[in-house]
Amino acid sequence: MSVTGIGAAVRRKEDFRFITGKGQYTDDVSRPGQTHIYFVRSPHAHAKIKKIDAKAAAGMPGVVAVLTGADFAQAKLGGLICGWTVLSKDGSPMKMAPHPAIALDKVNYVGDAVAVVIAETLAQAKDAAEKVVVDYEELPAVTDPVKALQKGAPQIHEMAPNNTIYNWHLGEADATAAAFKNAKHVTTLEFINNRLVPNAMEPRAALADYDPGSESFTLWNATQNPHVARLVISAFIGVAPEHKLRVIAPDVGGGFGSKIFIYPEEVVCLWASKVVNRPVKWTCERSESFITDAHGRDHVTRAQLALDGDGRITAMKVHTVANLGAYMSTFSSAVPTFLYATLLSGQYAIPNIYCEVDAVYTNTVPVDAYRGAGRPEATFVVERLVEAAARELGVDPTELRKKNFVRQFPYQTAVASLYDAGDYQASLTKALEIHDYKGFGKRKRDSERRGKLRGIGFATYIEACGVAPSSLVGQLGAGVGLWESAEVRVNPTGTVELLTGCHQHGQGHETTFAQLVSDRLGIPIENVIVVHGDTDKVQFGMGTYGSRSGAVGMSAIVKALDKVEAKAKKIAAHLLEAAETDIVFKDGKFSVTGTDKSVGFADLALQAYVAHKFPTGEIEPGLKEGAFYDPTNFTFPAGCHICELEIDPETGETQIQSWTAVDDFGTVINPMIVEGQVHGGVAQGVGQALLEHTVYDDKGQLMTGSYMDYAMPRADNLPSFKVDTTFTKCPSNPLGIKGCGEAGAIAAPAAVMNAITNALGTEKIDMPATPAVIWATINKMNRMREAAE
Amino acid sequence: MPNVSMTVNGKPVKADVDSRTLLVQFLRETLRLTGTHVGCDTSQCGACVVHVNGKAIKSCTALALSLEGADVVTIEGLANGTHLHPMQEAFRENHGLQCGYCTPGMIMTAVDIVNRKGNELDEHTIREELEGNICRCTGYHNIVKAIGAGAKAMATGGATAKAAE
Repeated sequence: MSVTGIGAAVRRKEDFRFITGKGQYTDDVSRPGQTHIYFVRSPHAHAKIKKIDAKAAAGMPGVVAVLTGADFAQAKLGGLICGWTVLSKDGSPMKMAPHPAIALDKVNYVGDAVAVVIAETLAQAKDAAEKVVVDYEELPAVTDPVKALQKGAPQIHEMAPNNTIYNWHLGEADATAAAFKNAKHVTTLEFINNRLVPNAMEPRAALADYDPGSESFTLWNATQNPHVARLVISAFIGVAPEHKLRVIAPDVGGGFGSKIFIYPEEVVCLWASKVVNRPVKWTCERSESFITDAHGRDHVTRAQLALDGDGRITAMKVHTVANLGAYMSTFSSAVPTFLYATLLSGQYAIPNIYCEVDAVYTNTVPVDAYRGAGRPEATFVVERLVEAAARELGVDPTELRKKNFVRQFPYQTAVASLYDAGDYQASLTKALEIHDYKGFGKRKRDSERRGKLRGIGFATYIEACGVAPSSLVGQLGAGVGLWESAEVRVNPTGTVELLTGCHQHGQGHETTFAQLVSDRLGIPIENVIVVHGDTDKVQFGMGTYGSRSGAVGMSAIVKALDKVEAKAKKIAAHLLEAAETDIVFKDGKFSVTGTDKSVGFADLALQAYVAHKFPTGEIEPGLKEGAFYDPTNFTFPAGCHICELEIDPETGETQIQSWTAVDDFGTVINPMIVEGQVHGGVAQGVGQALLEHTVYDDKGQLMTGSYMDYAMPRADNLPSFKVDTTFTKCPSNPLGIKGCGEAGAIAAPAAVMNAITNALGTEKIDMPATPAVIWATINKMNRMREAAE
Repeated sequence: MPNVSMTVNGKPVKADVDSRTLLVQFLRETLRLTGTHVGCDTSQCGACVVHVNGKAIKSCTALALSLEGADVVTIEGLANGTHLHPMQEAFRENHGLQCGYCTPGMIMTAVDIVNRKGNELDEHTIREELEGNICRCTGYHNIVKAIGAGAKAMATGGATAKAAE
């Protein structure tokens, strides 16, 4: 391994600009003559729009235009879409309600846009927005997904009776029911997977610039997938044809899923920039992002586990109601179905599984993929059930897990996933050792002496990354393929531009992708630059989410590098007057085997462009190759996280004492970056379990709409983490990579709640387990105990 | 519009501003120093931290007009030319950043912690002191490491740090 090659903890190439304040995020870009747009949003969760009077606003200082849903409708543009079709049990398609970018006659959540004001300055736009008079007729609202399904609930979209989007299922109902009949033990849990607000630190932003000379648009947009944005905005909404719309996603300050989706704001900015014939800029404010960024999770679930007399799991049954909010966001349908139920087997050989999911509309912000997307919810179901079952049976939770681990690969689960490789015992064993599980009893007694309750919780999770192949996701209803592209451009001086369809917003691709190229071509890492996030530079790509950039994106790079090497060998054979089959490429040098004749990579690159001595009939000049890579399967990262914590029963406060994570991510390109991904994922999972809660009141007002009310994890809420890995190679891609971006967020909520319930001695506590919730739970248990005595 | 003048990163600056202009808006929009970021609207996240007269403040909480004659240092003014401040170097060396958005505020806060608490910082102190800075990417693990290392480096590389201040 070289100091910058695969497996080396190379310091990040992109950091210099970030630590010196030279990053370029969307709001940092300004265009000459730009205007500022401000969205007037509904203060009601559910209401009819009777009338909008924009006259006074239009006359305010600096106002360029005031536009409403009627103006947008007149432009005959399409609405926003959900790009993944899910069918109900009866075969009927999901009920995708119309989603206009600006509401026309009805608003369905607090935050739904009703008008926009465009002005010379943002302050002027805001001042004028105060003068837009909207006459609403308020309607009753529903925010709870279970209540939304009940008779008499307010109906949100006419085309979706009972607010039902779909009733979906997976697995064998009859076989599962039969297995439950024969079970010796059944564990039942009911829980809420709490709604979260993603909260990337850079708020969403868009800057649209229409050029009337070429009739083309440029959009700077904080997005995780600029090409998908361009495709949807062109093909479905129709603001601009694809070849006349350039989307640039410059530095993007975190995404976690929330910047995958195509939102009303970028669409409106594009349209408005043509209407006012000037650039239009929008930057979300944090309170605005709380009521417009797609939220995550929000499941209500009842789950059961059946075991035989020997402690073997024989079946699992799950029913989930998934809240998708007021409209179907871009990939919302797939999250509580194909990204959720397909992982319900966890790391275990469970012969029978049946899962039903009812997706519903409510008067809340749309819900879509958030870090982990369906897999944290699945892991929570499986790992809480297994832990609770072990307690009910009086066996060590690690022993029950070991007894049920999948040990033969490939393994076909009862819920469609085909696990390709793994060693679950290895990650558990290593984690127990690092954590000093044996010493837990003593530590618990020490805590008790200090009046504290100590708990330990496990999550032996599995997840699926790099969702693919395209043919499979097509069968499952996806409107897109999920391959990735790469192009390797070798310059005449031997430096390399690598173009990728992935997009980085914290992942460090500019370093890891360069490590791969440098390693393979034997050139210094400084001689490689990674180009991404601009539809004018990169032809097409699917972007970054679902931990796909390593497994899928880097595989495309490998494929392009293969082609570069093949062509370079042809050139080398010609230059060295040898047979192509005799050329060996090693350490940046092409040599004729068995001789001392060789040519270096940079010299060869120059010859490829000079082409003076080429038989051009046989070899084209130049050295540039592109590739599209479509994987053969999902990848299946897995591992074991252990959370040990202490609760103060007097205050209900929880302190995480130690955290051990042992993950199998397959091949690791840069361990420093991989560890960082685990840290960040765990922090978000701990946030879900202990702090973060999205609360709506009965009228649909968001009660937790700022950092004053929504508890983000801060440095003093978290411990330092012990992070390690085990290794099984992923057989589904050339580098053997599995993906690491979401593992922490997937494992952590279950590990924390298993530790909390272990400490408290009750299974009945929901996330987030805030001090108030824990204190109330302890007091309730004490009262029940006293009553029993 | 009223006029304000101050020193920013060692240079005198002067401009007419709308009286409601916040310091962060003055820096980002008037001076085009876009390294200072805005991550919230309730003074909670700390992405906008800069130094005013040698102390860290959230630049979203101060009106530009209230800082007549102030000495302001932003992330752009921390390095000494191309020579990075030890705290900047520590963030890079310890992978204390991912998306980079909270980073300028984190680094400015970190330097201020060292100025107030000295060069030997334990983990507990660093975590408590970071209460006003939110990062969504790193889980803070490597930020805490970076600040500890940067604090130590500032003791030996203090000349650089002082010159930049």
